[in-house]
Amino acid sequence: MTHASYRVHVDPDKCQGHNRCYSVSPELFDLDDLGMSSEVGAGLVPADLIGRARLAVANCPEQAISLTEATEATEAAEAVPARAEAQP
Amino acid sequence: MTNRHPPVGDFATDFDHTDPAWVADPYPIWEDLRQRCPVAHSGRYGGAWLPLTHDLVSEVAYDHEHFTSRSVVVSERRPGPDDLPAPIGVSPPISSDPPYHGLVRRMLLPAFTPKPVAALEPFTRDLCRELLAATDGRPSFDAAVEYAQHIPVRVIVRFLGFPQSDADMFRSIIRLVLEEVDLPPDEREERFGEVDDYMDAQIEDHRAHPRDDLTSFLLDAEIGGHKLPVEQIRGTMVLLMVAGIDTTWSAIGASLWHLAQHPEDRRRLAAEPQLMDTALEEFLRAYAPVTMARLVATDFDFHGHPFKEGDWLLLPFPAANRDPAAFENAGLVQLDRAQNRHAAFGLGRHRCLGSNLARMELRVALQEWLARYPDFELSDAAAVRWSAGQVRGPRTLPVTILGDGR
Repeated sequence: MTHASYRVHVDPDKCQGHNRCYSVSPELFDLDDLGMSSEVGAGLVPADLIGRARLAVANCPEQAISLTEATEATEAAEAVPARAEAQP
Repeated sequence: MTNRHPPVGDFATDFDHTDPAWVADPYPIWEDLRQRCPVAHSGRYGGAWLPLTHDLVSEVAYDHEHFTSRSVVVSERRPGPDDLPAPIGVSPPISSDPPYHGLVRRMLLPAFTPKPVAALEPFTRDLCRELLAATDGRPSFDAAVEYAQHIPVRVIVRFLGFPQSDADMFRSIIRLVLEEVDLPPDEREERFGEVDDYMDAQIEDHRAHPRDDLTSFLLDAEIGGHKLPVEQIRGTMVLLMVAGIDTTWSAIGASLWHLAQHPEDRRRLAAEPQLMDTALEEFLRAYAPVTMARLVATDFDFHGHPFKEGDWLLLPFPAANRDPAAFENAGLVQLDRAQNRHAAFGLGRHRCLGSNLARMELRVALQEWLARYPDFELSDAAAVRWSAGQVRGPRTLPVTILGDGR
């Protein structure tokens, strides 16, 4: 069975730390010591947070956030190393 | 303030942001210019440009090659050979260009993230309640003078570690920097000297008695292993004070001005507290207080306009926020606007350093106001007075308390 899954990504060259995404969805975004945002983990968006991810995209003044559809195969392939990074 | 310039005939060729018509209501002027120009010009202030669309404002904000931030307040006086050079400017980092800008900004950013800002929230909430308690039992009062203006002054004074009793003097400094831009250059220069003297006294006091505040933070800070020169510390302190007070005062005042005239929004916000998140952003979009400025760094053609080195450029983020090409129903205030990519805090590398602080103050100020006075209206719409210059907000806002709040 295949179903659409989504990945959110913050372009670090564009993010200026407005923190709009973080206030819309702290589950999907994290702030560093300078207040700059990045996606949590590999940026995979749980089904119940798709709406929040879309709002984060639509509210970023710098248009720094992308939401892309990922197939289940790429999700599985790319999620593994990201999980490994998260738990060194 | 009294206007020292002749009245504007056509804003497309002779605009002036201190003109009474602009000060009273700039939105129809911007809408007209957006359709007609959309880059207006003026021979005033030695030559100035004004882009009106969201696209053009963005383009300038991201262009550090053709524009410099060496001065961001349009006045009769441009930075001269005796001023700090462009990479630093008189009040870093707002007046700095890349790459120096990035170094100063990274040094300051940790002090302005949501976490340290949240630490100031209880103080802010107590302050708002104290200010509201002082209006107790009065059927009408000035919400700009007695409420909105005190909040950012006292929060930033606490943040910088200056005496709370100096709050009034701070307001006169801010008027000088932001509003009295058409004073004769000599007079302006002399007044700035007084500001420097005050800052020097604060710096000396903090050197002798270091404490946990932003001034001591700046005295300890290093860039590339070197402490900051005193004129830079002074410049940054003036910047934080000026940028942190007038702007937030304006945002709180403009939001209350809106609510005073829209009973349905007032009641909805009082009944649905969770609406505050989007309402806050919508107030910031629709009534964005801050217009920035740049200096043209080099002669070039900007969409058919012959920009010359040293020309001023007003960067009207509030006009970008009202561009119908960027926002649906741009002229309407919709408290539940879910998609709101507004530029109230600027765009690009100079994004307002204090945006988290400003949002916290605005949210707490509105929450506490509505909890105390859910129903109120303007006592006299004609008596409302707006500030002139690059920061727009009500400076006189007489309100009458309705219902049980009286």
